[in-house]
Formats: sequence, C-alpha cells, structure tokens
Amino acid sequence: MGVELHKDLLSSIGVDVERHAKMMGMGLAGYQAGFMSQPNRPKAMAYFDWFMSEIQAERIAEINALKAQKKPAIGTFCIFVPEEIVVGAGGACFGLCGGANPPIADAESELPRNICPLIKSAYGFKLQHTCAYTQSADFIYGETTCEAKKKTWELLGKHHPVHVMNIPHMKREKDLKMWQEEIKEFKEHIEEVSERKLSLAEMLEGVKLINAKRDAMKRLDTLRGMHPDIMPISGKDALFISQMSFLDDPKRFTQKVNELCDELDERIKNKVSVFPENTPRIMVLGTPIAPPNWKLHTAVEGSGACIINEEGCIGHRYFKDNVDIEGVQDEDELYARLMQRYSKIDCACFTPNTGRTDKIVQMYKDRKADGVIYYTLSFCHTYNVESHLVTEALAKEGIPCLVIESDYSPEDAGQIKTRVEAFLESITFKQKAEAFANK
Amino acid sequence: MFWGVDIGSTYTKIIGIGKEKEITHHAVIPTIFNQDVIVGEYLADKEVKMLVATGYGRHMLGDSHGAPVISEIKAHAKGAYFFHNEVKTVIDLGGQDSKVIKMGEDGGFTDFRMNDKCAAGTGKFLEIAANRLGLDMQTFANAGFDADKELTISSMCAVFAESEVISLIAKKESLANICWGVHESIASRLASMAKKFVVKENDCIVFTGGGALNPFLHHMLELKLERKILVPEHPQLIGAVGAALSGFEVVQ
Repeated sequence: MGVELHKDLLSSIGVDVERHAKMMGMGLAGYQAGFMSQPNRPKAMAYFDWFMSEIQAERIAEINALKAQKKPAIGTFCIFVPEEIVVGAGGACFGLCGGANPPIADAESELPRNICPLIKSAYGFKLQHTCAYTQSADFIYGETTCEAKKKTWELLGKHHPVHVMNIPHMKREKDLKMWQEEIKEFKEHIEEVSERKLSLAEMLEGVKLINAKRDAMKRLDTLRGMHPDIMPISGKDALFISQMSFLDDPKRFTQKVNELCDELDERIKNKVSVFPENTPRIMVLGTPIAPPNWKLHTAVEGSGACIINEEGCIGHRYFKDNVDIEGVQDEDELYARLMQRYSKIDCACFTPNTGRTDKIVQMYKDRKADGVIYYTLSFCHTYNVESHLVTEALAKEGIPCLVIESDYSPEDAGQIKTRVEAFLESITFKQKAEAFANK
Repeated sequence: MFWGVDIGSTYTKIIGIGKEKEITHHAVIPTIFNQDVIVGEYLADKEVKMLVATGYGRHMLGDSHGAPVISEIKAHAKGAYFFHNEVKTVIDLGGQDSKVIKMGEDGGFTDFRMNDKCAAGTGKFLEIAANRLGLDMQTFANAGFDADKELTISSMCAVFAESEVISLIAKKESLANICWGVHESIASRLASMAKKFVVKENDCIVFTGGGALNPFLHHMLELKLERKILVPEHPQLIGAVGAALSGFEVVQ
C-alpha cells in the first residue's frame, strides 16, 4: 500500500509513521466497506478510489517534490484562503486533516472539551503527528471565522508555523477594504516562502486553474442534483469528491471530475440511476463535512434516501462563485476581484447573513428536492444559531427539514439513523398523501 | 394476528391485535441480551400473520425475523392517533430519549423533535434520581405532590443533575421537595420542546411512553403547558400498538 512505500519520506517530515499507518489502515478499510461496495458506481470513480489509497502517500510525495523546488505548500482550514495565489506560485494549497475522531482525546489535553470537533481533531492530528498534510505545510493559514479557531491558532503556533488572516464578520465597505489588504498580505507571505516575487501573470494563471476546478465541481453538482428522476451517482461518492477537492492537484482533479461528468452525462441520457425510482432526494445544509466524516451520508443513504447536494463549505459554498478576471490590468485590481469573489461566501460567521437563507430556498426549488437536513457540528455556534433562521424560512415555504447536531464520535449513529428514518417516513407520507389528494 | 414489537432501551413491549383491531395480547418484558430470541420465544406458540418492529432494537428483529420496521416516531404517532384521533401533538418519554411529534392528518406525522444526546430529560434521569433517594418509582413519583417549596435543578446534564440532587440531600431538603425539583426539570425540558409545535390553545396533546405512567410528571407537564394532557390507558405500549396497526393496514 502507498503509505508503506513512502515510509522514509513520511518519517523525514516528522510523521509518526507507525500510528499514521494504523490510522490510514482504518480509514481505507472504512472507505472500502462504505464506498466500494456501492452498486453500479460510475467507472470514473476508479480514479478517486486510487486517490484515496494514495491520499497520505503518493500525493504527499508530490507536494514534497514541489517543496523541494521552493514552491509553497500551504495548509488551510477554511475556504477563505485564496488558493489561486498559491497555485499561481506553482505550489500546493490543501485542507488539513480534521474529520476524524481518534485524535480528539489527545487534543483535549490542551483544548477545552466543549469546542467544535473539527478544531479539536485538527489540533490532535498535529499533536500526534499523524497528518502528513499538516507535516508538509510550510505554514498553516488560519482565519478568524469563529472564536474557538482564532484562539486555537495561538496554541497551534507553538507546534507549527501559523499565519492568521483576519476575516471580517460584517460586509460593510470598511470591512471589505481591510479584507482586500489581507489578500495582498497573503500574497506577500507566499512570496516569502517562495523566496521570489510573484507576477500578475502567474496569479492570473492560478485563478484560471481554480476557476476551472470550480466549474467542474459545479458541473458535477448539476448532474447529480438537477434531474429529479435520475441520480447518476450516490451522494456519498459525490461528497467524497468534494472532500478530495481540497487535497488533489487542481489540474488533474479538474480533468478527472470532468471525465466523471462525461460519464454521468451518458448515464442521464440512458436513464441510469444508482437509486430506485421515487427515492427521496435530500439536500444537506450546514457545517463542513471533513473526511473521514461520512456518518450523515451513511445514515441517510443507508435508510433509502439519496443526498443530492451539500450546501456547506465542503460542497456548494466552495465552488459556487468564480473570480472574474476580465480586463484585470494590475495587481490591485486582481486583489479587488479576489475580495469580491471571497466576500460572496455566505458563511454563518457574517452578520447579517440573510442571503444564505434565500439561496437555500432557491437551491431547493431548482433541484426539486424532497427535504432538507440541516447538519451542524456540536459547538459550531454560528451555524447552529443560524439554523433557527433557516428552518423558520424553510417552514414558511413548506419544506420538510430535519436538524441534526452531531460530532465525530460513533456513539450517536443509532440515534441519527432513527431520526433520519423517521424524517424519511414523514416525507414519503407527505408524498403519498399529496399523490392521493391529486388523484 | 397482527403483532407489534417495540424494543426499547429498558423494556420490550409486545402487542397483538385481531381482525377488528382489538388488542388481544400485551406483554412488557425487560430488555436484556438477545432480545430478538426472547421475542421469538414469546411468539413461538402464537399465530403470526404480520410482525412489525419498532424501537431502538427494531433492526435486530428485522434481521432475525425478516420483520418490516418503522421508526419510533411513526409508531407513537399511529398509536396515539388510534386512541385519541383528535391528537395534534404527542409527547413521548422513553428510557433513553424523549420526543415531541407534530401530527399530520390521518395518524401521520409532519415533524418531530428529539432529545437523544443526553440523559437529562429522559426516563433514565428519573431512575437515577429515584435510586439516589432510595425510592421505588411509584413512591418517588407521588412524593412530589406533597412539596412545599420550589427547588430547581438547573444542570443540563444528568450526571451533574445527580450531584445537584446530592447537594440538596446534604442541605437537608425534604424528599418531597427534591422530587418536585427533579420532575420540574424534566417537565420544563419536555414543555420547551413541545412548545415549538403546540400552536392552538386547545390542541390536544397525548403523553406516551413509560414516563407517562408517572402521575406527578403528567401533572407538572399540564402546569407547564397550561392545558389538560391525555394519557392513554397503557402509555408505554403505544409504540407497539402503532407498529401492530401499521402491519394491519398493509395486510387489510
């Protein structure tokens, strides 16, 4: 297996090789059981299966090969980090491990228990030296999107170089002005790591690459969710691809997603669906679902429904907007365009954030979905509080909605399944009653 | 015979209904190990035309007996509707969770809320508190009626709530007053979940699950929600009745 082959490299970047191999073994076993056993998967999933087997091996070797050429390798936790600049510099920008339960116990030796599992997990991975991405990062780019994260950076800084980007919590003109300066400063950090100046042309090239990646993901989102009678790919597989969008080489990833989409196009033409007719189609909203957090999708798709979209940061929020570089003449103009794009992100850290609610209702109508699950990680206060506003708006529209709050521990899998099954029963009852009334 | 089995965390409830939906058999047995085998033994000498499982152990019976399963939510909605067809909201207090169900038309449900992440606000918490006071459930439940002081248990967690009870014991508070406090804390939790769904002043609420056997909790819940709340004759059997009925409907 991949990890075994790259043992020396992993060890040289400070990975606890033994523990890492054990965790990867568990992750791969979970993937094989949960993903590869699904019936009638698209053939193009073979690439993503391969990527999973090399996720902490070959891909790490690629990133470290770039580093050897003085290209930047930047670890992130949020979709606010302008990866276009890193990619423009020829480097790699990647999401860090933060979706697994085992490192949390270690993290709690320094962090309080009652903060979000994503932060605790990520911090635990650093303490354990079990994430090869974290170990490969020149620096970790933190941001100020929530209280727990912004204070955790101060602790994490003792273990790994950290830069913090100040993301405002309002979108007034003065906030946006500051934001644009932050983007410029980010570029300067990248230049420091690269030990050279970055040209406008390089940055524009980076934007083009990432725009193309987002276009491919939008294409996948449309194919997967916009055809009410055909679901050409499972929600689990589509989620996994979204998760990998933060790790893979953007150029190769874009190509592979487009190849998959070509196959899905064919499937739609030939009416090939991976779910039976009348399977309830569910949209998922809320907090990021970082790998290997597959709990919700497993419960939903194991209960006879299909997930057709993730509205979250690992999903639609990440790829919904592109950077408009039409007519950009100088660097300042580019920073302004980047800021305009990044400030369209409707993260719950903003107040107010009403655009998000309107968007969700529209997405639901566009996809002709049958219900919505609002998923929030425990102690993610912003998304948790906002769920009330969102569900209120959904109720007004008569959209069935279930709120699930959970962390990474396996202990509530049974309870989640009960809730999901009951929710689906209520939807199918509604469908049947409507069909009856329309007779 | 149409059978409904509700495998709960504490008790397994079995209901048998006949051609006229009349209840012919009912049994309540503690949930232990290999519950599917125990249910199988119970049914061994009975005529089984249909068997539907619900409760947290439903899939166990699904796997071993090939029984179709329904969620507890659907089961309680159906069961409550069978006894009180004017029901608009069901409040269910079980051993390991509590739930509030908003009813739709004809015994279906449209929405629900559940407390399943924490023992406070579940039947388990009443058990823990009664044990701590050295009382059986019956005595514990009735003691609250004699309270002369309104003590509050404010903790959000059953473990800490237990230590609150311990400190009240140390302060020499009376048994009746502590019982009042424990019931009040659960009733206000259930009431705040229910308020989300209870819209009209005279909407009918039905209280089910083992918790509804507790007269003082029933009383406190009525105070909190400011209305009369109905409790069916065998509230802990409602889920099993709902399961039996849903099988009945498919076959008939």
